[in-house]
Amino acid sequence: MRFMIIVKGSKETERGAKPTNRLASEMAAYHEELAKAGALLDGSGLHPSARGWRVQYSGARRTLVDGPFAEAKELVAGYTLIQAKSREEAVEWSRRFPNPSVDGREAEIEVRQLYELEEIIPDNGVIGRFQKIGIGAKKK
Amino acid sequence: MTATEFNRSIDAIWRMESARVIAGLMRLVRDIGHAEDLAQDALVAALEQWPREGLPDNPGAWLMAAAKNRAIDLRRRKKMTDRKHEELRRGARTRRGTETAEEDDIGDDVLRLMFMSCHPVLATEARVALTLRLLGGLTTDEIARAYLVPEPTIAQRIVRAKKTLADARVPFEVPRGRELAGRLASVLEVLYLVFNEGYSATAGDHWMRPSLCEEALRLGRILAELAPDEPEVHGLAALMEIQASRAGARVGPGGEPVLLLDQNRGRWDQLLIRRGLAALRRAEELGGANGPYALQAAIAACHARARTPGETDWKRIAALYESLAERTPSPIVELNRAVAVSMASGPAAGLELVDALTSERSLKSYHLLPSVRGDFLFKLGRLDEARAEFQRAASLTRNGRERTLLLGRADACTKSKP
Repeated sequence: MRFMIIVKGSKETERGAKPTNRLASEMAAYHEELAKAGALLDGSGLHPSARGWRVQYSGARRTLVDGPFAEAKELVAGYTLIQAKSREEAVEWSRRFPNPSVDGREAEIEVRQLYELEEIIPDNGVIGRFQKIGIGAKKK
Repeated sequence: MTATEFNRSIDAIWRMESARVIAGLMRLVRDIGHAEDLAQDALVAALEQWPREGLPDNPGAWLMAAAKNRAIDLRRRKKMTDRKHEELRRGARTRRGTETAEEDDIGDDVLRLMFMSCHPVLATEARVALTLRLLGGLTTDEIARAYLVPEPTIAQRIVRAKKTLADARVPFEVPRGRELAGRLASVLEVLYLVFNEGYSATAGDHWMRPSLCEEALRLGRILAELAPDEPEVHGLAALMEIQASRAGARVGPGGEPVLLLDQNRGRWDQLLIRRGLAALRRAEELGGANGPYALQAAIAACHARARTPGETDWKRIAALYESLAERTPSPIVELNRAVAVSMASGPAAGLELVDALTSERSLKSYHLLPSVRGDFLFKLGRLDEARAEFQRAASLTRNGRERTLLLGRADACTKSKP
């Protein structure tokens, strides 16, 4: 099973604040631990929303809206993708995730399990089209 | 949290930590059976205390401390009756004095444990069972189910393996110098055997047993972190990542095997391919491009890079097989080379190589030889001969799914007849 640990945004991540040495080394240690357990698949931090954009839909109309966006807590600042044998193992890994806040105070991470395409899209033809372009976790 | 949820959490933590705890204990007790017993005692203590007191912040350290305290207790008790153990006790005290250093060395301990459980003094199947048990944290029942053998067989295999290691006084250490290469090869062999057992099940009705693949891949990734300077470690990791990337594509809707060139490449897992290619690069950067695993990974990478079967660089694959045959000559490598040559230069060229193998004794009951030969003959339009070969291959394979596929190909020879 694959899970994504999502680090939520904050004023600091939105400012593009660099992590303190302490946070950087905690994050490195955590990801090394994941790697040494054979559980790390991928991970990255994201630029502030000021450098991103949204596309808003209203029926057939679409509008491009440039960042930055309010509600920093609703934004994603980074992610870590892990392979776990069970939901419980993923919970345990998430419990060990370092406090990701730049100022060492409030922060939040969220963990979501990756779908396998078969779970969300019933139509075989459509699944095939997604799979042709390599989207979606593969059934093991 | 309900009691069941709690037990499941503890079970998950145990699977994550047991190898590290056992490895850490080995420094203290130097006997795998004893270390495992102590670790089990710590698990029992956790099952009693955690539901009452909540999960500790660092469950791994908790388990390790509980197990070590138990070890020291047992030793004290023994000391009262046996003064000779004074020496051991002193050992334990110095260990306790260097607690922090030990924490940093846990990875090395796990590596030592891996070298120990894959020690050549053990028969291959004993190495496999012990490694899955100690490093994979699998129960004997899980190992038995994965290998389709009765549980007591596995349990006995593991007990005997531990005894053999103790009798042979196999040291808890990472071998150095000249010994390292051979011992590392044994570790890699065990991991790849587990992977292959999962990837193309040698017996039973299922074509793959994904849990074994996943476990081997996980152990391979761990090894790559623990022994990062060894190119072949990355070569094996690369090989397994790339092969695992095809897991979803090599089984059809009815559970039947789908051959490489017939697979829907859109179903190949791009994340695993990317990881595999990165591991292969690491092996090459360390000067290991010609290692047997790196060469096999490079072959797998040729397929992974081709977006359609037609884009496959068969010339390069044939050349890589040639290098592989030089490094590790084997009829199986020759057989694979024949396939690559047939793709690069036509079935007649492939048939020539395969015909040279038909007298090979070790391939006498190997189903892929007639299967490949049948394929070349089929492409050359020699259908009667092809049918006979497919039928022979079907009678040799022990995998039910594969037999069906081969009989299907034999039938196709009759249907294709004008």
